[in-house]
Amino acid sequence: MKDNTILRVVSKLLLPYVLLFALYVQFHGDYGPGGGFQAGVIFAAGFVLYGLVFSLDSVRRVAPARMVELVFATGVLVFAGTGVATMLMGGNFLEYGVLNEHNPSHGQHLGILVVELGVGMTVAAVMIAIYSAFAGRGRA
Amino acid sequence: MTDSILGLYNYWVVIFLMMTGFYIVIARGNLIKKVIGLNIFQTSVFLMYLTIGKVSGGTAPIVKEGFEVYSNPLPSVLILTAIVVGVATTAVALALVVRIREAYETIEEDEIEAGGDKP
Amino acid sequence: MELSLEVELVTALLLTLLCCTAVAVVRMRGLFAAVMLMGIYSFLGASWMLLLDAPDVAFTEAAVGAGISSILMLAALSLTTRKAKRPTRSPLAPLLLVGITGAALAYGTFDMPRFGSADSPANSYPHPSYVERTEEDIHIPNVVTAVLASYRGYDTLGETVVIFTAGISVLILLRGSRKRWRNGAGAGASENSSEEETSDVPGDPGDPAAERQSRGEARGEADETARGVT
Repeated sequence: MKDNTILRVVSKLLLPYVLLFALYVQFHGDYGPGGGFQAGVIFAAGFVLYGLVFSLDSVRRVAPARMVELVFATGVLVFAGTGVATMLMGGNFLEYGVLNEHNPSHGQHLGILVVELGVGMTVAAVMIAIYSAFAGRGRA
Repeated sequence: MTDSILGLYNYWVVIFLMMTGFYIVIARGNLIKKVIGLNIFQTSVFLMYLTIGKVSGGTAPIVKEGFEVYSNPLPSVLILTAIVVGVATTAVALALVVRIREAYETIEEDEIEAGGDKP
Repeated sequence: MELSLEVELVTALLLTLLCCTAVAVVRMRGLFAAVMLMGIYSFLGASWMLLLDAPDVAFTEAAVGAGISSILMLAALSLTTRKAKRPTRSPLAPLLLVGITGAALAYGTFDMPRFGSADSPANSYPHPSYVERTEEDIHIPNVVTAVLASYRGYDTLGETVVIFTAGISVLILLRGSRKRWRNGAGAGASENSSEEETSDVPGDPGDPAAERQSRGEARGEADETARGVT
C-alpha cells in the first residue's frame, strides 16, 4: 500500500492524533471512560496502521522487537512492583492508600495512575508484538 | 415492561448469538471459521454480562452531580479486561492455526485427521 | 422507569442486525468476507454496549473487535487460506444439538431477573455499592476505573499476566525459523532432501527407507536437525 498517495498522506496525518488520543485515554481514565486496556489497544492500533500502510520494517525501526519485549515485561513489573511497594510501606499488596500518608485518597489516585500505566504498557506492547509476529511470518 | 415477559428478549438474543457461535464451532471444519465462531460466542457472553448490569433509567457509572441512578460498574470491569484477554487468546489460537497449516498443509479438520496417521 | 421509545427502536434494530450478521457469518464460505462481517458484528455489539451504559467496554470492543482482531484474522488468512471447504457432513446433528441447548437456556431465562431491574441480585449485592464507596474512598468520578485498578486490583494483575503470557506464547509459536521445525518434526516435510523417506509407507520392516528414518529418529534431536539442514 506504500504507493497509494492518499492512504499514505491520510495515515501520516492521522497517526499523531491516534497516539495522542491513546495517551489521553490512558491518563484521563479516572475522569472519563478510559484506562490502560483501552489506551494500550488504541496505541497499538496506531502502530498497526503504520505497519499496514508503510511496512513492517518501518514499524520495527520505530519499535524494535527487543524494545517491545522489554516494554511488555516492564508493564507487568510496574503493576506487581506497585503492590510490592505498598507492602514495603506497611500496607497490603496493592493497597494504594499508604502511598500518601497524609491523604489516602491521593495515594489511591497515584496507585491507580501507576497501575493503569503498567497495564497500558503491557497491552500496547503485546498487541504490537503479536501483530509483528504474524506479519513477519509471511516473509520468513 | 420491566416485569412483563418482554423484559427477557435481550437474553433470547444473547442466547441466539451464543448458539450461532456454538453451531459454527461444531459444524464447520475450517479452523479459522472455528475461531470466528468462538469469537461470536465470546461476544455474546460479554453482552449477557452487560445486559445483567443495566439498570433502567440509570446512566453510565461515571459519577456526576445531578444523576442518582447508575448502572452496575462491576460487569463493565469484568468484561473490559475479558475483551483484551480475549483478543490475546484469539491471537494464540490463530498462531496455532498457522503452525498447523505449516505442518499439515491444510486447515480443514477432516484433512488434518486423514493426514494425521503419517509420521 | 420506561425506556424511551427511540432507545427501544434503536435497540431492536441493533439486535436484529446483530442476529443477521451472525447468521451471515455462518453461511459465508469466503473467510475474508467472514472476517469483515466479524468487524461489523463487533461494531454492532459495541453500539449495544453503549446503550447498556458501558462506554468503557464499548470503545474497547470497537478498538479490539473491529481493529486489532480483524487485522490478526486477516494476517492469519494470508498465512493459510482464504476459502473454507464446503462442509461434508450433514448439518442436522449440530443443528439439533444447538436447538436443544438453546431451548434449555431460553427456558432457564424465565427465572432470570427482568431486563433493567434495579433489585436483581447482581445489582444489589455489594452494598453499599461500588459507586457509593468510590465517592468515599477514592474521589474519582469513573467508578469502572476505580473498581478495575483498586478494589479489584488482584483480578486486573491476573489479567495483565494472562495477556503477557499470551504474547509470549504467540512469539514462541511464530518467531522460530520455519524450515528447521518442519524437518525436525517430519510431519510436513515434503520439499527437501528427506522427501523420499517420508513419502514411503512408514513402519514397513523390510523397507530400507523406513528403517533409515527410524534410525534417524532414534539418533536424537540434534542429529535430526543436522540432517534437515543439509
